[in-house]
Amino acid sequence: MTHTAKAPPAPAQDEILISTRDLTKHYRIGGGLFGGPARVVRAVDGVTLDIRARETFALVGESGCGKTTLGRVMLRLQEPTSGTIRYRDTDLTDLGEGALRALRKNLQIVFQDPFASLNPRMRIEQILAEPLRSHGYGTPAEIRERCTELLEMVGLRRQYLRSYPHQFSGGQRQRIGIARALANKPDFVVCDESVSALDVSIQAQVLNLLGDLQDQLQLTYFFITHDLSVVRQFADRVGVMFLGRLVEVGTTEELFAHPQHPYTMLLMSAVPRPDPRRRGEPRPMMQGEIPSPMNLPKGCRFHTRCPFARDICRAEEPMLQTGGGPAVACHFPLEG
Amino acid sequence: MAAPATPATEPETLEDASFLRDTLRAFRKNRMAMVGLAFVVLLVLGAIFAPWVSPHDPYRVALDEQLLPMSHTYWLGTDNFGRDVLTRILYGARISLMVGIVPSLVSLTIGTVLGILSGYLGGKTDFVVMRLADMMIAFPSLLLAMVVMYTLGANLLNIFLALALVGWASVARVVRSQTLALREKEFIEAARANGTARATIMFAHIFPNVVPTLIVLFSLSIPEAIMWESSLSFLGVGVQPPEASWGLLVAKGKEYIFQAPSVAIAPGIAILLTVMAFNFIGDGLRDALDPSMKD
Repeated sequence: MTHTAKAPPAPAQDEILISTRDLTKHYRIGGGLFGGPARVVRAVDGVTLDIRARETFALVGESGCGKTTLGRVMLRLQEPTSGTIRYRDTDLTDLGEGALRALRKNLQIVFQDPFASLNPRMRIEQILAEPLRSHGYGTPAEIRERCTELLEMVGLRRQYLRSYPHQFSGGQRQRIGIARALANKPDFVVCDESVSALDVSIQAQVLNLLGDLQDQLQLTYFFITHDLSVVRQFADRVGVMFLGRLVEVGTTEELFAHPQHPYTMLLMSAVPRPDPRRRGEPRPMMQGEIPSPMNLPKGCRFHTRCPFARDICRAEEPMLQTGGGPAVACHFPLEG
Repeated sequence: MAAPATPATEPETLEDASFLRDTLRAFRKNRMAMVGLAFVVLLVLGAIFAPWVSPHDPYRVALDEQLLPMSHTYWLGTDNFGRDVLTRILYGARISLMVGIVPSLVSLTIGTVLGILSGYLGGKTDFVVMRLADMMIAFPSLLLAMVVMYTLGANLLNIFLALALVGWASVARVVRSQTLALREKEFIEAARANGTARATIMFAHIFPNVVPTLIVLFSLSIPEAIMWESSLSFLGVGVQPPEASWGLLVAKGKEYIFQAPSVAIAPGIAILLTVMAFNFIGDGLRDALDPSMKD
């Protein structure tokens, strides 16, 4: 199955590949037999999102805001608490185990930690062959050939097939992780902080590789990161997440040029500026700590840290206004 | 033993070496492990060919030759019935080695399968298996083993059964906790994301990462099983005299410890050396199976 065979040569740019509607993931903490009342962590709390075919959608936010959980739930590596996930014409939400396994060849993930994501007791060849075998790729010889092809596709030499993960550097391991994800020619790839653990120079190499592969294989990326400079370089559209919710969604240019949500603006201003002339220039700072996802504030969940909060923000939660163009969840969006 | 920092670029990696051959090569380089293996092989051969190795009859009673000291005829002296101690140790090795190895393997196998299933599947499976294990652990194991021996009769097969019944629960516990830690690892999540079947994940990803623990458990459970057998024999429900096992030899010999110390000490040393040999083999295997310990 190739992509060129399935998709028209010049596909409509806004063909929706994967979408979520009001997706939530809550974790219960405590509340065992003698644990007292259970508390609920709202890791993902009502996310509605459309991801278009062949785009790179970046999800940014502070650690603990639910980015990783959202990525996992979208692939149903974790079960959603409520809401729906659609992939093309299929509703993933209640798909049975067998059908889901078959679909997994199209939905892939590249992990953050290149040292934890490869089984230390398997050779590279076994690691790359596993997804192929799981989906009945072909004869052992064909699988072997495909493994070589994959390894060369990510810029590693075929000799490495017989090596073990510990013999590689972080960047090389991450390439192997990418090769594994691409083994069955997926169209949707979640990159969960996939370059965060790497040195800056290696980061650039891996990003270039991801970019080239996207062009070659018509991939759609869901790129989870906290690194805004990576987002600016790499993403088509950006979603900003705060405490389990999207607070702003827009194209990269829009978002970086005219952030509308105060949180987005404050995140952007926290990026170091490599410009000595602007050193010492005052910048707006965020106040206070992130509220606990177990005990959300009433009203807008950002109001405790927002420099512009007014009465209505403390009372009523603003909803993300979707429907084309940039969307923002704020009562008083900043002027562009 | 530091692994090379650079990836293996040498042509060696192209060579079509199997995992088994790699492991054997690494094992052979481990001197202590080879010494242990040699000892165990010699012991096994000695036990199998005991009638040809030893000129003495292990069951012949000679009341005029009781508790003789070490000599050319009786290398380790004689016991209270005038039987050659060395010969009895060789014959006793037959039972003690089997009792040390067979039930350990059985309880390890059962414990591993149940532990991985319990840890990976969770839910009801986990609940049922762990409550069973709790019951086994809560019950006084010596009593349990004695009940088995009494009701089913004192023979070797029932000793195996009793020991396996007592041993699997703690193995299952340890394997389960390891599985719980492993299933959160990203490479397991990657396998799930690939659509790998659950059975394959358990067998190909979790099991190999549990093996080092199993080897340690195995080398610990051999001496334990030998001790269990001697406890049961001492209480009269295990191996029946005049049959010999090391535990029984120590138990009976201790009565004459002042007149003829070798009667009790020699089989004790045999237990000690055997346990050490298995420990060396276990360490060697554990290192040989770890890819990052290989050159």
